[in-house]
Amino acid sequence: MKNFLFELREGLLIAFRAIRANKVRSILTTLGIVIGVTSVVLMSTAIKGIDNAFQTGVSSLGSDNLYIDKWQWFNNDIPWWELRNRKNLTLEDYKKYKELAKLPLAVAPTVWNFNTVKFKDRVVEGLIIQGTTSDYIQTTNLSFSEGRFFNELESNGGRNVIVLGSEVAKKLFPIGYAVGQEVKIKGHKFRVVGVLAEQGSWVMGNFNPDKQVFLPIQNIFKYLQNENLRSITINVRAKNSQMVEATKEEAVGIMRRIRGLAYNQENDFSINQQEGLLNTINQTVGVIQIAGLFITGLSLFVGAIGIMNIMFVSVKERTKEIGIRKAIGAKRRAILGQFITESAVICLIGGLIGLVFAVILSLIINQFLPTSVQVDALILAIVISIATGVISGFAPAYTAAKLDPVEALRYE
Amino acid sequence: MNIITIEHIAKIYQVGSEEVHALADVSLKIDKGEYVAIMGPSGSGKSTLMNILGCLDTPTKGIYNFNGVNVSEMNDNELAKIRNKEIGFVFQTFNLLPRSDALHNVELPLIYAGVSSAERKERAKEALAHVGLADRMHHKPNELSGGQRQRVAIARALVTRPSIILADEPTGNLDTKTGEDIMALFNEIYEQGNTIILVTHEEYIAEHAERILRIRDGLIEKDEIVKERFIPKKNGASKI
Repeated sequence: MKNFLFELREGLLIAFRAIRANKVRSILTTLGIVIGVTSVVLMSTAIKGIDNAFQTGVSSLGSDNLYIDKWQWFNNDIPWWELRNRKNLTLEDYKKYKELAKLPLAVAPTVWNFNTVKFKDRVVEGLIIQGTTSDYIQTTNLSFSEGRFFNELESNGGRNVIVLGSEVAKKLFPIGYAVGQEVKIKGHKFRVVGVLAEQGSWVMGNFNPDKQVFLPIQNIFKYLQNENLRSITINVRAKNSQMVEATKEEAVGIMRRIRGLAYNQENDFSINQQEGLLNTINQTVGVIQIAGLFITGLSLFVGAIGIMNIMFVSVKERTKEIGIRKAIGAKRRAILGQFITESAVICLIGGLIGLVFAVILSLIINQFLPTSVQVDALILAIVISIATGVISGFAPAYTAAKLDPVEALRYE
Repeated sequence: MNIITIEHIAKIYQVGSEEVHALADVSLKIDKGEYVAIMGPSGSGKSTLMNILGCLDTPTKGIYNFNGVNVSEMNDNELAKIRNKEIGFVFQTFNLLPRSDALHNVELPLIYAGVSSAERKERAKEALAHVGLADRMHHKPNELSGGQRQRVAIARALVTRPSIILADEPTGNLDTKTGEDIMALFNEIYEQGNTIILVTHEEYIAEHAERILRIRDGLIEKDEIVKERFIPKKNGASKI
């Protein structure tokens, strides 16, 4: 053990001397590792960022929510034509369910329509118009930057009121003050009663509430589309996360009754949950992770080959030195350790430089994708670079250790 | 007491389909405290003999007893240990590590022996002082003259207090004057009770020893005692 520490120290000393003696070569060799480590760290950081964005996007759905729908959102075990052939869910179904269900905290129907919203000469095209009731707000975690959601009176009375998502509001009312103004959809006027606070999740695409507007559900049917065109979704919020399962079971029972299913008939509706989305996302992120790390791992591998190559050159050049050390009493292990240490030091230096680059670049990436280099990525980078050094240094070091001292001393 | 006992050793190299007998059949004994020169023309097998004596190589046949231990069948690591503890090498081309200073060069064998840093420095300084280089400890080999380099090499050989000093043409790369100084240093080391084996092809260098082994064609041709040993004057050259 004592010997090992002395030899390690000697190895480190030699390593630094050798690196200093061959500056240009060391820099070029290290560059491969720098690039490799930078890309591995950046990739794992970016993946973490993507994952975080997905997770926050999903959690905006609310983990206590159930969505009773004709469609099954995330599961492909039912063929799509079977789903298509299911009877639409209607407002009647919603009303009956709401009456019968005891467990939910809040229940709201939603139905959507693609349309264009105008304010004077400003236009937002192709956005999703959600029709719902005043209870909807209780099934979400949404908050307001201006105004409020439409109330029960406006909802039940089918008043021409509208709530804008933050992005929509920004486009129509760049300087704010949207509440009280009238926007037009298909020529019909709607008075703005509230603007949602920004949710900031890009993951949900057009389903991001930032990009939506909300109307009382009757108005959708009155002005925009036939009641039978699309099935509605019943949004259900359980009282708390412990109640989700019970609420779900109750919903299944009630819905089967409403839909008049016999005991031997399959459900002709689906109860969707955030969990299903989470699984899908985790799978997607997993694939990105494997692919990304594999590709960046390749660049690290190329760097490792560079190190191995240069270590072979180094061993060849220092054959004489190896001979001297052996003559003086260095055992194989000492020579092996010396060259492995050298290669590990080169890689570690490369790794540290790579980390610095990665941190700087991640600050830039942070502008587009909220992320930061995590401590585990730092540790990972250091471990990876040392491991790369040890692995790629092994073969050259082994050749050095095996040299015959007589031959090595004779080498010029 | 015999420090080295060699019985009928041979070293055979396979060159293509031909066998080359670098050493045919050599037996010899060397006592503790002896000063022996091995002489022979090139190709005589003296280098091979030196490599075997120095435990850098093992014989194909025969037995080599070093300090009562049979080293002829030892593996690499065991030989390395013997070289480290028992043998001090001095080479014609000095063989110092170019990027290390004198002190670190002398410390090197102690590192592989597992001596602690403080003791290592202490002993290395002592050895350098012994060869008259106390004021050159932090010079790199390229900042030293040939004679000084060879002194560093001698200090490195002495620092482990080995059983034998094995010098291979130690004056071969030095001018006559400096060579004499080095031989004076060897004489001093010998007088302090060390065993020295000197490999050379020059008669006047060999005559510094008390015994000469003459090798030719892989055999010991002659094993003679030097009648009039050349004792170099200590001319204060250790200060150069």
